[in-house]
Amino acid sequence: MAEVNVATTTGKAERVRELMRTVGMLPVLVLLLVGFALASENFLTLQNLSIITQQASVNVVLAAGMTFVILTAGIDLSVGAILAASAVVALQASMSPQFGMFGIAAGVGFGLLLGLVNGGLIAFMRLPPFIVTLGALTAMRGLARLLADDKTVFNPDLPFAFIGNDSILGVPWLVVIAVAVVALSWFILRRTVMGVQIYSVGGNPEAARLSGIKVWKVLLFVYAMSGALAGLGAVMSASRLFAANGLQLGQSYELDAIAAVILGGTSFTGGVGTIGGTLIGALIIAVLTNGLVLLGVSDIWQYIIKGIVIIGAVALDRYRQSGART
Amino acid sequence: MSLEPLLEMQGISKTFNGLRVLNSVGLKVFPGEIHALMGENGAGKSTLMKILSGAYQADPGGEIRIDGQPVPTFTPATAKALGIAVIYQELSLCPNLSVAENIYLGRELRRGWTIDRKGMQAGCVEVLRDGQYVGELTRDALSAEVLVKMMVGRDLSGFYKKEHAAYNPGNVVMRVRDMADGKHVRHCSFDLHAGEVLGIAGLVGAGRTELARLIFAADPRTSGTLEVVGKTVTQLRNPADAIRAGVVYLTEDRKAQGLFLDMSVADNINVCACVPDAHAGGVLDRTHAAQRSNDAIRSLSIRVASGKVSVGSLSGGNQQKVLLARLLEVKPHVLILDEPTRGVDIGSKSEIYRIINQLAQAGVGIVVISSELPEIIGTCDRVLIMREGQLVAEVGGASGHAISQERIIDLATGGDQVVAHG
Repeated sequence: MAEVNVATTTGKAERVRELMRTVGMLPVLVLLLVGFALASENFLTLQNLSIITQQASVNVVLAAGMTFVILTAGIDLSVGAILAASAVVALQASMSPQFGMFGIAAGVGFGLLLGLVNGGLIAFMRLPPFIVTLGALTAMRGLARLLADDKTVFNPDLPFAFIGNDSILGVPWLVVIAVAVVALSWFILRRTVMGVQIYSVGGNPEAARLSGIKVWKVLLFVYAMSGALAGLGAVMSASRLFAANGLQLGQSYELDAIAAVILGGTSFTGGVGTIGGTLIGALIIAVLTNGLVLLGVSDIWQYIIKGIVIIGAVALDRYRQSGART
Repeated sequence: MSLEPLLEMQGISKTFNGLRVLNSVGLKVFPGEIHALMGENGAGKSTLMKILSGAYQADPGGEIRIDGQPVPTFTPATAKALGIAVIYQELSLCPNLSVAENIYLGRELRRGWTIDRKGMQAGCVEVLRDGQYVGELTRDALSAEVLVKMMVGRDLSGFYKKEHAAYNPGNVVMRVRDMADGKHVRHCSFDLHAGEVLGIAGLVGAGRTELARLIFAADPRTSGTLEVVGKTVTQLRNPADAIRAGVVYLTEDRKAQGLFLDMSVADNINVCACVPDAHAGGVLDRTHAAQRSNDAIRSLSIRVASGKVSVGSLSGGNQQKVLLARLLEVKPHVLILDEPTRGVDIGSKSEIYRIINQLAQAGVGIVVISSELPEIIGTCDRVLIMREGQLVAEVGGASGHAISQERIIDLATGGDQVVAHG
């Protein structure tokens, strides 16, 4: 039968395709690294690379949460606002004399709580994610200001300041946390039942329901995850600044997170995407920002170039995939 | 014929992910000719037509000539410019749905319905099987039997055959009582026995699918209880509850409601069974999963190069078997099959009947909903007839009435009633 001679060639073709899928935007990242290295001698230094990864770390954490959400064909516009509110709560909790470290748990926990509110509205009231999280973006920004009486919360003796400023074995804590989040996300998506169900719900929600998957559970999980990771991002940001301002912190962070996920090849319609792709997407954004600053490009042009690169990279990817498609 | 062919395709091959679906196939169409291209699902008809429409690029080595002129590259734009139009029978839903696909190059397009109808129209019939050219029949040599035999590669006498032993009427595996949704289903009750294949026949809109979905708790019900292997299912709020009770449902619309088209064959098969299989903390048992999908691919003869291939690239019949494999992996007591062979090629159809027989033999209770009466009559031990949301009659089994096409149609349409209410 035909199946027999087919099996040998298929493994190879599948591997090439698989490779294309995993590699995704990596060539773009490499191209940027090479380009900036040639253009500026300060770019490819150990110190600058360390700065880039630290600058990328918060966006990596937010984008990891966003990957879960977008895989279910949802969106979370509120992560920047959740980050601000959680940072305020984390800082306030850190003031307590004996339990200052409790600020970490308070920040993550508050983010989780706000994520659960989003997830509950989406899973149980069946409201569209775009609308719910758009409303949450505004409401939680207001909440962040309300919590601190519209002032900046400042703690010069922040007990968890090490997160934003110290290293472990030469690797900054921020980077360690970002890598750990990526690893955990990969594990959940690829090695657990929940991961299978996330892809299923994103790929075909009705089929998921008929397969006995509790869609509400999956939706609640992804928005809770996104909220909790925004809370973790809050702890990371606040520990760097020793301060949190409800109005300014995390402004438009959601856009960078979404851009990283989309650059990473995750489909907006759900069901397709990887956390590895998201990591590369977030690194592209960080490298671009850092490189343009080193080249002395004005703030205005940075925005324009970043926007064009994001659209161009995704367009390129679509073109490449349509060529590779069988 | 001395005429120059309008279209000539020569040595056309196409390989997808290492799976060769067309193997050096040729096609000649002469001006004014209606040329039928026939073959089972997955035989390669669609692929050949997609190459002709420019949707796919053929592997190197073949040649396409239009009016004797070779056309080196075929894109949708060149195809259009050359006046080639391809119309699929099932436009966006299932391009592979029908047994036969009809094309006519030039100005006019016709749709074919059945094999004999097509035989009437076409001047020449060409048959593909497993991506290979099998033969060509001229109009005089054409008959439905010969054609089917060429398409499938074997004789199909005894195609529908109940091979399972008679069920034991004492052994009820599922008791459905008073199922209603206040709309399409009005208080339906019936028993299903272990090892029984029970048909539900009725017109489209009679409420057959709706009844199945109520039993499976896919839709909200206003009344109704379910008993599986002697135990009342107390919690029946969603499909997850039904699956846990041992009842599974094969949807009539596998693309919209069944498959995860972007996911792999293996993931599609494992999506239900991975839940009870999982290690602590919901961690997947990957060894077990790989073993399970490989076994299912083998035992249901799913034609796929590996479990990693995405299920969307499979033919209709193989997709259906993947979906069936998913349900069988939860080891159900009751299997409800809604149009199990819709859009499925003849080979897979007979495979599916074989599986139904095997399961019945093993004591599973099976409900078959089908609009194809020969299928109902050929596979079922007993048939319930549904009309306007109610189960109105029963044939076969202990009813004393033989299962016949006329009787089922009569009962389903209400033709047995003397007075029509109005």
